[in-house]
Amino acid sequence: MATAIETSSLVKTFGETRALDGVDLTIRSGSVYGLLGPNGAGKTTTIRVLTTLLRPTSGRAVVLGHDVVADAAAVRRKVSLTGQYASVDEDLTGHENLVLVSRLLGLSWTDARKRATELLGAFGLADAAGKQVRTYSGGMRRRIDIAASLVTTPEILFLDEPTSGLDPRSRNQVWDLVRQIAAGGTTVLLTTQYLEEADRLAERLAVIDHGRVIAEGTSRDLKSSIGSNTLHFHLVNPDQRPQAQAAVAGILGDGILPATDPTAFAIKVTDASQAADLLGALARAKIQVTEFSLGAPSLDDVFFALTGRPAQQEEDKAREAGKESAA
Amino acid sequence: MSADSIPDSSQAFVMRARAEPTSWASATGTLAWRAMLKIKHVPFQLFDVTITPIMFTLLFTYIFGGALGGSPRVYIQFLLPGILVQTIIFITVYTGVGLNSDIQKGLYDRFRSLPMWQPAPIFGALAGDLFRYSVASALIVILGVILGFRPGGGVVGVLLAFGMVLIFSFAVSWIWIIFGMKVKTPESVMTTSFVFLMPLTFASNIFVGLETMPSWLQAVVRHNPVTHLTSASRGLMHGKDVTSDILWVLLASAVIVAVAAPIALRMYHKER
Repeated sequence: MATAIETSSLVKTFGETRALDGVDLTIRSGSVYGLLGPNGAGKTTTIRVLTTLLRPTSGRAVVLGHDVVADAAAVRRKVSLTGQYASVDEDLTGHENLVLVSRLLGLSWTDARKRATELLGAFGLADAAGKQVRTYSGGMRRRIDIAASLVTTPEILFLDEPTSGLDPRSRNQVWDLVRQIAAGGTTVLLTTQYLEEADRLAERLAVIDHGRVIAEGTSRDLKSSIGSNTLHFHLVNPDQRPQAQAAVAGILGDGILPATDPTAFAIKVTDASQAADLLGALARAKIQVTEFSLGAPSLDDVFFALTGRPAQQEEDKAREAGKESAA
Repeated sequence: MSADSIPDSSQAFVMRARAEPTSWASATGTLAWRAMLKIKHVPFQLFDVTITPIMFTLLFTYIFGGALGGSPRVYIQFLLPGILVQTIIFITVYTGVGLNSDIQKGLYDRFRSLPMWQPAPIFGALAGDLFRYSVASALIVILGVILGFRPGGGVVGVLLAFGMVLIFSFAVSWIWIIFGMKVKTPESVMTTSFVFLMPLTFASNIFVGLETMPSWLQAVVRHNPVTHLTSASRGLMHGKDVTSDILWVLLASAVIVAVAAPIALRMYHKER
């Protein structure tokens, strides 16, 4: 299959900050690809470089055979971007917004109006066509924003955190849309902070941290790299942590994932019976636990296992850094 | 199926793009249309820019008019062309404010990622602004006429004065475009601009004649482009020969555009 996107040693610095620190990606055409990582990891910067909004400091990015720097106009003709913030004009109605984008893409007024109506119908927004976008709900805004990216069918659609801030129902609608768009033959590159989202939509994904790709593969590859199941529990008494660690080590050996909360444990397990054994061992040692659960690894777990650091702290730090660079 | 579920419409997702980038005329025209729609949907924008001059006109004519010009009716003949200048110069800031809010909201990311003539959003916004300036100008003069303003230069004189004000405002707008791209919030575009606009408009002959000021100030005021614009506007409306002021304004506008526009466009092209 053809390569849609290829980057090599992509670097982007903002002053002292190295937002991208050598990103290497190869993304095939016709797939949904996820960029997973905490805030500030470099996901948005990657997308902005690939959509020609930012010029890389060094390295190379080729989108559909066109260099994003040397041949930016050719890239713009073939891709669409739906940014993190609804990039539609809130003062205009949904219909007007889509006519605007259609006209800017070169459609005649008649065709633009027709296309706007068609897309509003396809996105379940026909009833809201004549209302100003500022009156739309978060989910509707996201849909009109995605619709604006599909006025002419892009070969690649970039979606930057398409579901952040959406309620579960709207999130499901966006997921449906992404699947339909991909079914139509468009390559979709989406960024997300949620493993579940990447899991459901993306055939392959890359985990990004500190401007580097730290893991790449299918979501199954990623999860099995840290164990298919993770056991979580909290201690009632944090002083019992050493005893609890000993009990865990006795049953499971060296499977404890690092955690910031002294009462919290996250442990790799291979099957449910190990969890039962461990619960027994903890009870015998008179260690009280709460919130005992067995589940798939969370993004935190994957991230932690890959980097040895919790995602949350990074997120906070990144937010700080983001604020500074914005100031 | 619930009312708001998404119909399966993969077909709607297929539409081929044109091979050529959209032309400058079409893109700029479309974005000017957007500016018109904004006026239609948010008429407050227009209200906002017209209420201040109405207040100023009433305030100065009736409260200060007697003292400054002998009587309100005499003073308004002097004041109105100046109020027009002041008002329009103040509302040029909205060019920067609008641009900044489009950037903050991510709208410019969309525009910039579209295959079209890239500076179109700036020119489209300017076209919309010129329309706004024209409407505001017309309202001020209509109000003036109601209050007793009688332009000796007739309709032609008034229209020529509008032309001068629009040319200069177009030039000044480029400065706010630079500000709009530099600062963080629309509010700070506003605040920064006042620091420049207050002295620029008050240290001029808008409210009182040059000859009433101390000589050192006269030297400053005489070189303020706003003074020349006011003289030009006043002269044209009252049918006087103000060729030198007109030339001055045209020159000042050309210099501002020649300096500010390339900087603004360069900043716009450059990454953000």
